Amino acid sequence: MSVLVLVEHDGKTIKDATLATVTAASRLGDVDALVVGHDAKGAAEAAAKIAGVGKVYVASSPALEHQLAEAVAPIAARLMENHDAFVVPATTTGKNIAPRVAALLDVMQVTDILSVEGPDTFTRPIYAGNAIATVKSKDAKKVITVRTTAFEKAAADGGAGTVEQVDAAGDPGTSSFVSAEASESERPELTSAKVIVSGGRAFGSSEQFHALLDPLADKLGAGVGASRAAVDAGYAPNDYQVGQTGKIVAPEVYVAIGISGAIQHLAGMKDSKTIIAINKDEDAPIFQVADIGLVGDLFKIVPELTEKL
Amino acid sequence: MKVLVAVKRVIDFNVKPRVKMDGSGVDLANVKMSMNPFDEIAVEEAIRLKEKGVVTEIVAVSIGVAKAQETLRTALAMGADRAILVQTEEEVEPLAVAKILAKIAGEEQPQLIILGKQAIDDDNNATGQMLAALLGWPQGTFASKVEVSDGATVTREVDGGLETVKLKLPAVVTTDLRLNEPRYASLPNIMKAKSKPLATKSPGDYGVDVARRLETLKVVEPAKRQAGIKVGSVDELVERLKGLGIAK
Repeated sequence: MSVLVLVEHDGKTIKDATLATVTAASRLGDVDALVVGHDAKGAAEAAAKIAGVGKVYVASSPALEHQLAEAVAPIAARLMENHDAFVVPATTTGKNIAPRVAALLDVMQVTDILSVEGPDTFTRPIYAGNAIATVKSKDAKKVITVRTTAFEKAAADGGAGTVEQVDAAGDPGTSSFVSAEASESERPELTSAKVIVSGGRAFGSSEQFHALLDPLADKLGAGVGASRAAVDAGYAPNDYQVGQTGKIVAPEVYVAIGISGAIQHLAGMKDSKTIIAINKDEDAPIFQVADIGLVGDLFKIVPELTEKL
Repeated sequence: MKVLVAVKRVIDFNVKPRVKMDGSGVDLANVKMSMNPFDEIAVEEAIRLKEKGVVTEIVAVSIGVAKAQETLRTALAMGADRAILVQTEEEVEPLAVAKILAKIAGEEQPQLIILGKQAIDDDNNATGQMLAALLGWPQGTFASKVEVSDGATVTREVDGGLETVKLKLPAVVTTDLRLNEPRYASLPNIMKAKSKPLATKSPGDYGVDVARRLETLKVVEPAKRQAGIKVGSVDELVERLKGLGIAK
């Protein structure tokens, strides 16, 4: 089977999500990669080095700089004439583009796969991860998005792919980029952080949330996350949100502080390697999934912990 | 300007889904069902556009079982003007839903179609994008802000922060959580909604084949994590963190 992977990149470098997607794709067959962008030579060269990648197709034009779905989808659909599966990381970029490609190909997308069980069979989470479905695709061609935390990353070096320019046409001109507002943070991005400290509503205010969590995160080199309750209460911006409706994360260590462990939050972090919970309620559901728990007042524990690290 | 809003009847978001013993799916018998939360946000956004005078008519559409009428009545009670139920007992996948909605869009000629970004049952996050592709329209997905004048300016929730795009109309918008807080329907409006027009159609009326492309082989509960140990002090926790190699 010939598989086309959409490369997630920022022009110069490729995102880790791409590496996990290559691993998933390689379970299906031979992997080629598609880099769409403007002036994305660095990303194309990096993609060619990924272990297991054959051809790297590069579609480059100024109109593609922001990888808008309207412009990217026709390019991917054209390349799919010679490929059997289009495999895309389930990032916001991938989730925006993949279904558009699927519809152009008249294919029902297989969303957010956790494993490859066979050439047309996959597992995927449904009901916010409360159930895992095994599904078999009857479509001749597949369009698949990958939950990247469920797959090991392919080696970023060692590959010897060949770069090939392809037709970049297809932008219908119906959409245009206006602006981007990056979240201001020098901390690691949640989806790639090795350690995450995450806070809940128990922090009581935005000031306390940051005053307590930021120093701890700095000590641990951690990303900062939040429960939906904390986001809804305005303690943290929405892009901090970990959970089914926020980000799905799986760091080496996830420290949940003042988070009770609602289903919707657990769905976003339960694949973390080690979960540490700090909560004053010893019956909080978070302790049922935590590897290490500490019962107590976060306003005492967090400063002490920060100091002792 | 006319707006089409798509709504889905799903398990209520406060209910914990239970996997059936035979592994055939999730047990929905005698379970509270509600409008998909992201679709409520879509309905609310359409109503706010109408209140601003941008939109003149809101048509709510649902594709599903006969009881999805209740979901449409909720949309009507919130403020939609009329409703279309495309009734089928099949579980319709996003691709087929998008095909039906595209046909309805052909008949109704809306300038904007607003949908929830994903349904909380099958979690596909695909219908809006598929619909936009089938219609050849631009898409503003995961919207946290929508402004409509000669086009639609949509601020999108993306992994690294926010992205704003400008879309020519007609366009498809899918909603994220922060876009708005949906209103509750008042009792008088619930009563009034009962007399608002609701047309019932079938997928056949639109010539759409709703046969599934994905066959569900089995549905199981996720592997459970084992509860670990509790430590008694911060010092013990620090020792554990050292053991994990994340503290020195």
